[in-house]
Amino acid sequence: MLECIPETPVEHTTGKINPAKTCQPLGAMYAALGIHGCLPHSHGSQGCCAYHRMHLTRHFRDPVLASSSSFTEGASVFGGAANLKTSIKNVFAIYNPEIIAVHTTCLSETIGDDLPNIIKTAEIPEGKSVIHVNTPSYHGSHITGFSGMCKAMVSYLAQSDGATKKSQMNVLPGFVNPGDMREIRRIVDVLGVKMIMFPDTSNVLDTPLTSKYQMYPDGGATVAEIRDAGNSEVTLAFGSYASHDAAEVLQDKCGVTGIPLKLPIGIKATDDFIMAVKDWFGVEIPASLALERGQVVDTLIDTHFHYQGKRVAVFGDPDHVIALTEFLLAMGMVPVYVLTGTPGKVFETEIKKMLGDAGITNARVKAEGDLFELQQWIKEAPVDLLIGTSYGKYIARAEDVPFVRFGFPILDRVVHPLMPVVGYRGCLRLIEQISNALLERRDRDCLDEDFELVL
Amino acid sequence: MAEIDSTIEEMLVPYPDLVKKNRKKHLMVKDEAAACCPQIEANTRTIPGIISQRGCAYAGCKGVVVGPIKDMITITHGPVGCGYYSWGTRRNKARADDTTPKDKIFTQLCFITDMLEPDIVFGGEKKLAKMIDEVVAAFHPRAINICATCPVGLIGDDINAVAKAAEERHGIQVLAYNCEGYKGVSQSAGHHIANNNLMERVIGTGTERKNGKHVINLLGEYNIGGDGWELERILKEIGYTVNCVLTGDSSYLDIKNLHLADLNLVQCHRSINYIAEMMETKYGTPWLKVNFIGIDSTNQSLRQLAQCFGDEELVKQTEVVIERETARIAPVLEQYSKILKGKTAFAIVGGSRSHHYQYLLRDLGMEMIIAGYEFAHRDDYEGRQVIPTIKSDADSKNIPELHLMADEKMYREAHVHLNMSKEKYDELKKAVPLNYYEGIYPNMKEGQVIIDDANHHEVEVLIRTAKPDLFLSGVRDKYIVHKMGVASKQLHAYDYSGPYAGYNGALNFARDVVNALTTPAWKLITPPWETKEEPRSETHA
Repeated sequence: MLECIPETPVEHTTGKINPAKTCQPLGAMYAALGIHGCLPHSHGSQGCCAYHRMHLTRHFRDPVLASSSSFTEGASVFGGAANLKTSIKNVFAIYNPEIIAVHTTCLSETIGDDLPNIIKTAEIPEGKSVIHVNTPSYHGSHITGFSGMCKAMVSYLAQSDGATKKSQMNVLPGFVNPGDMREIRRIVDVLGVKMIMFPDTSNVLDTPLTSKYQMYPDGGATVAEIRDAGNSEVTLAFGSYASHDAAEVLQDKCGVTGIPLKLPIGIKATDDFIMAVKDWFGVEIPASLALERGQVVDTLIDTHFHYQGKRVAVFGDPDHVIALTEFLLAMGMVPVYVLTGTPGKVFETEIKKMLGDAGITNARVKAEGDLFELQQWIKEAPVDLLIGTSYGKYIARAEDVPFVRFGFPILDRVVHPLMPVVGYRGCLRLIEQISNALLERRDRDCLDEDFELVL
Repeated sequence: MAEIDSTIEEMLVPYPDLVKKNRKKHLMVKDEAAACCPQIEANTRTIPGIISQRGCAYAGCKGVVVGPIKDMITITHGPVGCGYYSWGTRRNKARADDTTPKDKIFTQLCFITDMLEPDIVFGGEKKLAKMIDEVVAAFHPRAINICATCPVGLIGDDINAVAKAAEERHGIQVLAYNCEGYKGVSQSAGHHIANNNLMERVIGTGTERKNGKHVINLLGEYNIGGDGWELERILKEIGYTVNCVLTGDSSYLDIKNLHLADLNLVQCHRSINYIAEMMETKYGTPWLKVNFIGIDSTNQSLRQLAQCFGDEELVKQTEVVIERETARIAPVLEQYSKILKGKTAFAIVGGSRSHHYQYLLRDLGMEMIIAGYEFAHRDDYEGRQVIPTIKSDADSKNIPELHLMADEKMYREAHVHLNMSKEKYDELKKAVPLNYYEGIYPNMKEGQVIIDDANHHEVEVLIRTAKPDLFLSGVRDKYIVHKMGVASKQLHAYDYSGPYAGYNGALNFARDVVNALTTPAWKLITPPWETKEEPRSETHA
């Protein structure tokens, strides 16, 4: 596998080989699907929209609908205003969404289409909305695009009706699976706090098969709910890359206090999430959550010898990797290579601090990296475990490393979008996956005389 | 017939007038009483806002045609997305062979210049040149492709100049494809751009004809799920030397020698007919449209192919292989047919498969009642005789046409290629449709529908009203169709199965379709608390 990869380090300063990020519009499209009755719209040539729909569909194995401005060379020369206006007219006439969430592409950005003005002069039926975000693919990553669309929801839709806030909180969940969003809602329900979560792709990208197809499934935050988010007391923003900016905009625009948090992956980050709710609303922590937490601690103590001290390489989206690294340290593992494709300084700063606090000094941490580089590091000094998206499978096979799939996208395994990695339940799932990967390898590699029933 | 007409009328109702007028021209119902095929509108712009299945020129060029060439490094010049999405997603399998060792296979990697804001403002040429230098130093590829994405053309990066300079620096071919996503109206533009460049720059530059009596190329076969390998197995056993499968599991070295073959077979007409036609003009190489999807159609293609060489031994060996393979496959297919007989299918796929799979479905007792293409041209529907009458428009004019002449040294007449007399070749042409494709229309039956560039709304209405048992399309439609309670198979990625071509492919397809239709979960959709008085057994029948 991948015999063409050089065995020794080579000069690689330019471009990406085996990238660990993709472009902004994909994230914007995913976020838009978390609005109820929304049709995402890609303002560019058809290929972008086709690729994003394909990629999201492959991860979620559920319908992903979106329309495109279908640029041709003419539109690229003369501007895409007419294409967008025609699109808006046709989409409302034929597909009748509540709201169209437009994102741009490198094509429409390079020619400089003025989206706010085009939208202002478009025919929008009474009671319907069109929002937009600028997502040039040559800036940031899919996570930046997701964050941008969250900001657009706030700046276009959220409104504060006055000084008195409602006793409710907003949650910006970050670029996580519908199963994660469902779990976040369950935890908040258990805590007894009223919540508006946006975007929310549960009941959108994990829908049941009933033979009655709904182009716009029941899930998603409604436009009215996102509007009302401006009246909440507080916003929990999960993930500095995907959610913090939107919380800040909401704080500035509507005076809703934003609390920046990590993605609630791992025991500490979940504790922080629950304590933030407790501190703000003064709720008692129900016994059921204490039990869930206790089960995680019990499992960690009972099973630590399967993974403690193992060298692990982690890659993926920054918010995911930051939270997971914290949890791996809590498991006693040793993250030696930590990489994201998304640019931004917070990643390296946070990870290095965590590793430093844990006394790990020789780790390589990199933002805006790629998987070619990660593979070269692993060739230089191997690891016991690789954790990342499906793209890691090539490295895992080539370098013969056990592999746990985590994050987005996972294109070659099933059910993962429904199974949360957030919260205390998510901790158990991660411990199970990591332990199993290492134990499967032990069972596979050991001598017959070392092959044991009980491990 | 009346029923389907009213379905189509109903489907058009929500459309604004301009959309309605446009979409009507992309639909036709087979009328056997009509003297000839009615004209369909194809390869024209998709209306903005319509949820089309179409992709872009980049996808057609990099994703379909040049991406699978295993020993070339294909660098996508652009921001990160396009290269990333076309990385490993088309299932073009490749493996080492006599001329290409494992460490010269690059198709499982993804190379992108990752243009960032400063590159858009100040130009990305230097970055591209630097990346080429680093890639050559690290991987030593035999040749490089550079595929352009939308911003490249807009900011005016001259990738051809960068490629030329890199060729001089490194002494290997560096091919630049101006396949920006906005070119043309679909993937089809990209196929054409890729065909042009391979024809102009690579084909004809090699000198080594592979050993063998009858040397053939298989064009427009991308080895998805191993289709090409199954076909090579059959062709080799009959006695052909397969010079090159273009481009599935192909190597740059093989493509250089493409012109040294006696005959080109064309599987996917849409994506590769340009090379077939240009090779006919430049080298005199005849081509034969084949279809290796389905048992009868595979057998027919093999028989036609054998006839082309006027070699009795070849004809005999063809029959031996056909008889043995058919005898091996037929009883198993018959078992599957018992389950599939009388079932109906829709296929809305690419630019060739909706035609090819009609034969395989018929082998299994099924009928494709609605057939559509995403990016076909009129000739794929109506036959190549309409090509001279197709009017060019603003979009098609943007794709350069190569005007080639017969090569002074290498042109040989078709009958010379096939090693027969002119008279014999003229007779052969009467028996075998060389250099011709009849399109999808003749094979369809009364009342069956042809739909060009179908969109989400139309698919939804057609499924609700015509209620097929099976929907054949891409992954974006797959789960929509499942939610409607209808089985579906991906015909681009085969739901990660395959091969579907040739004899073994027919078996795989039949098994997969039977599984899709009979998987027990279809009977679990209605929960027991919703089944009221009826006994369970009947409800679940």
